[in-house]
Amino acid sequence: MSETRKPLLHVENLKQHFKITNKFTTKAVDGISFDIYEGETYGLVGESGSGKSTTGRAIIRLYDPTDGKIIFDGHDITGKMSKEDEKFLRTNMQMIFQDPMACLNPRKKVSQIIAEGLEIHKVCSKEEIDERVGNILDKVGLSREQGTRFPHQFSGGQRQRVGIARALVMNPKLVIADECISALDVSIQAQVVNMMKDLQEELGTTYLFIAHDLSMVKYISDRIGVMHLGHIVETGTTDEIFENPIHPYTKSLLSAIPHPNPIVEKKRKAITYNKDEEGVDYTKGTIHYVDGSSTHYVLATDEEFDKWYKK
Amino acid sequence: MEHIDHEFEVNDFEFAHEKGEKLVDKTYAATSYAKDVWNNFKKNKGALIGTVIIVIITFFAIFGPGMNEHTYKRIHPGQECLVPKIPYVEKIGLFDGYHNGVDQYAAQGVPDTYYWFGTDTQGRDIWTRVWSGTQVSLIIAFAAVVIDIVIGMVYGLVSGFYGGKVDSFMQRFAEVINGVPTLVTVTLLGMVLPAGIASIIFALMITGWIGMERIARAQVLKVKEQEYVLASRTLGASRFRLIFSEILPNILGQVIVTSMFSIPNAIFLEAYLSFLGLGVPAPMASLGSLVSDGYRSMTTFPHILIIPVLVMGVLMLSFNLFADGLRDAFDPKMLNK
Amino acid sequence: MDNNVKRDKNDRVLYIRDLNISFRTGYGVVRAIRGVKLDLFKGETIAIVGESGSGKSVTVKTIMGILDSNGTIDSGSIIFRYKDENGELKETDLVKMSQKQIRYEFCGKRIAMVFQDPMTSLDPTMTIGRQIMEPMIEHYHISKAEAKEKTMSLLEEVGIDNPDKRFKQYPHELSGGMRQRVVIAIALACDPEILICDEPTTALDVTIQAKILELIKELQTKKGISVIYITHDLGVVAKVADYVAVMYAGRIVEKGRIDEVFYDPRHPYTWGLLSSMPDTDTSSDRLFAIPGTPPNLLEKINGDAFAPRNPYALNIDYKEEPQMYDVGGQHRVASWLCDPRAPKVELPVELVEKLEKMKKEAGINE
Repeated sequence: MSETRKPLLHVENLKQHFKITNKFTTKAVDGISFDIYEGETYGLVGESGSGKSTTGRAIIRLYDPTDGKIIFDGHDITGKMSKEDEKFLRTNMQMIFQDPMACLNPRKKVSQIIAEGLEIHKVCSKEEIDERVGNILDKVGLSREQGTRFPHQFSGGQRQRVGIARALVMNPKLVIADECISALDVSIQAQVVNMMKDLQEELGTTYLFIAHDLSMVKYISDRIGVMHLGHIVETGTTDEIFENPIHPYTKSLLSAIPHPNPIVEKKRKAITYNKDEEGVDYTKGTIHYVDGSSTHYVLATDEEFDKWYKK
Repeated sequence: MEHIDHEFEVNDFEFAHEKGEKLVDKTYAATSYAKDVWNNFKKNKGALIGTVIIVIITFFAIFGPGMNEHTYKRIHPGQECLVPKIPYVEKIGLFDGYHNGVDQYAAQGVPDTYYWFGTDTQGRDIWTRVWSGTQVSLIIAFAAVVIDIVIGMVYGLVSGFYGGKVDSFMQRFAEVINGVPTLVTVTLLGMVLPAGIASIIFALMITGWIGMERIARAQVLKVKEQEYVLASRTLGASRFRLIFSEILPNILGQVIVTSMFSIPNAIFLEAYLSFLGLGVPAPMASLGSLVSDGYRSMTTFPHILIIPVLVMGVLMLSFNLFADGLRDAFDPKMLNK
Repeated sequence: MDNNVKRDKNDRVLYIRDLNISFRTGYGVVRAIRGVKLDLFKGETIAIVGESGSGKSVTVKTIMGILDSNGTIDSGSIIFRYKDENGELKETDLVKMSQKQIRYEFCGKRIAMVFQDPMTSLDPTMTIGRQIMEPMIEHYHISKAEAKEKTMSLLEEVGIDNPDKRFKQYPHELSGGMRQRVVIAIALACDPEILICDEPTTALDVTIQAKILELIKELQTKKGISVIYITHDLGVVAKVADYVAVMYAGRIVEKGRIDEVFYDPRHPYTWGLLSSMPDTDTSSDRLFAIPGTPPNLLEKINGDAFAPRNPYALNIDYKEEPQMYDVGGQHRVASWLCDPRAPKVELPVELVEKLEKMKKEAGINE
């Protein structure tokens, strides 16, 4: 990856805090920075409560970020947006949601659901809308006739395809996929991931792929960011993360993936990581590049980095 | 191993699919939402009976008063407190106008007149009075639904959707209104406004929508966080669109059910007010005022009391059964059973 | 690896024969379980694998006597063999008992269950200690002090630190992993013969998942109980199971010892499942996917339910449901491809590579 490429999305020191009571604030996302380049897939991985979904929602401005900067294709989309910036954001950044049962309005026909964005922004004529909806239905492997049905007439995997069609019909530059496969059956997960890859190749879309385990992320991501408790603890290309993980949390995530190989798996013990036991404080950590790579870095203090690196 | 009774054919053990053939998804055929709701509703016998009774009572409320030659306000001197007398049925000894062994109709010199439900203490025909009274109750019921939806639902929708300070303010305001006892408001209103249907509806308008407002708000708060609403927001949908196209259709089922449950309450409120003398003015009748009148001669001529009580009780029960069935039919947990 | 381990019939704790279960729904009758046959031996772990709607949960719900009210057992038997209080061996057909009877006599006591979501399976208003003690006092009529003592040792056994403190805490004060440990402690409170785990780790974080699986395995070896796992994750199966049954559309399509099924899968559905599992160290950047969606069980299925999604389907698959073929050892497969008349098929390339690699890693020589 060259640094000369211009990032499509630049996130700098993003913070998203939620005030629960007057005294207590949850720091869901606590100062993260990353770039996503055009045409690539950036995987954001972490367990529940790590702030990965909050990050996605803050970027697409379902939340108002507490602090930090988000630059999307040259437009500053933090704080109060101008009309043009808002329109640019809403047409060029889309989201695919987690729950196939809840992400489609049960009272609308599938074709209406897909056409919603086109209608809101009046991008084209009525006939053209029908044409584009039909095309995208073909692309996600549904028939045009199915557009006249209601969401509850579809299986989970098919609904997720509708969700993907709704996002892609807008020809967005960036799609945020928020755990979009975790609620699906294993055999369907593979279908959806393959389809997303095919569509990316065809349309050149950029993905921010949010997931809670590393196994599927490997197949779709070019680069991966590992999130834990509101911080990105390690970033690198997929190979770097899988071949040479440095941070103990990344290691524990990797070791948690069960292998479908009984003899090996029965002997294997998973690595555990407990931040408090190890006395790690993320707010003290700084970025340490690994082996001179410009893409692979770890959030750590100097001693921690030395310790982890030697392991 | 089990034995299979099957004649094997030559091509049985050949591949059915061409190599590289694309296998298409099979779709799940299912019924539409409206049909699901109707199917569930049908299964509920009580709800069906309730619906039928509501239709019958409504029919009589509209056409009942015109079915005989009497009117609701005509006083027949000398024909007071006659017991029911119905043609044909009288022949089997039921409703034949006999009271304490005496044919009351003959005693009053009107052996050929029929009062199907008898007459009240002023000699007015109870049949026409009961049905025109039911008319009043149904009008109030209808008004209750309209008020619930127009005021209650809109209030709840706005309060829930905007949230924050708007929500806090609107909720406190509703609590204040709800804090004043209905009876106090209505009595005060009775002093200002003339007694009548309009006053009762006005009373409903002041306090009757609170329940609906709470339900609507709770539903909005729930639906607002659903992923399909978030999806619309990421597409840049306007507030108007979010409220009317995404949220409203999904809370409508609950809203309808709640408004149906408010009907019996409204009918009861009217009866209650009439009983206290705050209802419709004489000679107009309402189910409440009829009960109130009949109750004075309860021991001597129970039919004057029993008939309106029966109609009112059955009507309220039917609306309850109907609303109950509707709620179960809309309940998504029931839909998949 | 000893391939000649015979499962001794006398060691069976539970055996299911020709179980058929259907559900009445608003749209018609769903035949959720069709002719399931399964054995569970003492001290063994079996895993039932399948997608949602394959009937894996229905099977165990029937064993627990918690079948949904619109479901009926059409035929079959579930024989539970156990030693009663006097040490005599007894056999009971659970199908012939009422659900209430099953729950009263066996649930919690001889058959215990760990559910998916630890938050909903614990009572939020009761302390951890009380929730573990309750079944013991209920079933064994022991004193409170005795129960408390046993609870403490249980808490320690399931790896909960500081049991004295935890004893008095409420579920919401614990983390998800801790809660699931408590659920396991409750399940083990009455020393059951069978432990059923219904997706015990899907609601937990991946890093905790492995720990819980290791814990269940450890406890099982120590106490000699039999475990039934319900899961959709082949990785979990590989980690815990001795024996595996793959279910599709209410039928068992392939079953056998874990190494038989994983290193030599015979059913095209198992091929699909194995190849669609993401693998962390292959270089391939594409996943194999089973096309289509699971069948709608409301419709009558002609022949093999998997045929429409099966690239290797034969014409006969559309006419007749395949029988269970014995392919050696304890390995049974319901696929016409195992018939001697069937043409030879080539496994998908991805799968062949994967199997080769798996065998190499495991040190199996062909």
